[in-house]
Amino acid sequence: MTFINYASREINCKIVYYGPGLCGKTTNLQHIFESTAPQARGKLISLATETDRTLFFDFMPLELGTVRGFKTRFHLYTVPGQVFYDASRKLILKGVDGVVFVADSQEERMDANVESLYNLEENLQAQGYDLMKLPYVLQLNKRDLPNIIPVEELAAELRRKEEPVVEAVASTGAGVFDTLKAVAKQVLTELRKG
Amino acid sequence: MADTPLLLREKQYHQIKAVLARLRMDSAARVVFLVDKDGQEIAAQGEIGNLDTTSLASLAAGNVAATGGMAQLIGEKEFPTLSHEGERESIHISVIGRLLLIVVFDERSSLGLVKLRSRQVSHQLSMMVDEISKAEFDDEEPFGEITDEDIDSLFQ
Repeated sequence: MTFINYASREINCKIVYYGPGLCGKTTNLQHIFESTAPQARGKLISLATETDRTLFFDFMPLELGTVRGFKTRFHLYTVPGQVFYDASRKLILKGVDGVVFVADSQEERMDANVESLYNLEENLQAQGYDLMKLPYVLQLNKRDLPNIIPVEELAAELRRKEEPVVEAVASTGAGVFDTLKAVAKQVLTELRKG
Repeated sequence: MADTPLLLREKQYHQIKAVLARLRMDSAARVVFLVDKDGQEIAAQGEIGNLDTTSLASLAAGNVAATGGMAQLIGEKEFPTLSHEGERESIHISVIGRLLLIVVFDERSSLGLVKLRSRQVSHQLSMMVDEISKAEFDDEEPFGEITDEDIDSLFQ
């Protein structure tokens, strides 16, 4: 839920990166962390297992700049992708203002994408949200790998509405900021509606 | 559809800060802060120094959400208070409706005192928060006039 503090002139919004296990959600956040000036971002907190799989969530606050005299801060979260961490995923969606679905473009991960997207819709519904009305971006990640599904085919299968579709290689940073921009823009546009 | 934004006006902010300042003094705490259940920091008072209150707010909210999930699994609605005691520093969290009151304290205070003082201000904070929750956008809001150019300028 967007939090507007008139005393400190700040707007705070929450964006959640969702998607199947190993699709690159944490890699998206790591790239943003590494490419942003230290004064514009806080720490990157990763609650991960010993093998670097996200256990609960990753979190990073990011300050983008000023709109109408208000500092805009985005709180970026990822969810754990592995199927059995569903209870954690539900909790992290609480108060969400915008969602990025990170899809793994590899052929063998198509079923995992579909399952995770279905899980997102279900968990949003459980929290009283409707994906069709929420700021939302579909990121097609790992476009550099050999065994990938063509963009049109992936979009036809995974696109839910008129959401922006961004091709990405999160490990090199390609498409990462375009994705963030696309979702942040929708979140701020929602504010305009009041 | 996202939730309605939470609007905190300047007057309310200072009222909350005043309550937190008193609680900090009465409980001999290091830092006292108020956080939304979604992890957004609302106000903080005390020896903040280099303490990363943004991360602490997010982790406290995650902590309360996780223990709340456990509570429901065993048939409880939620656990209204959580305490973590360290060798030197400790944290006490009270759930007040949609807010979390977090008190960080050391050997200058005690868990009993912090619990007592937190409970004493809970009702007052809860009433303040009810008022904030009812706030709505009015005609003077600056956001109705945000243009596409304003938004684009953030990414240049």
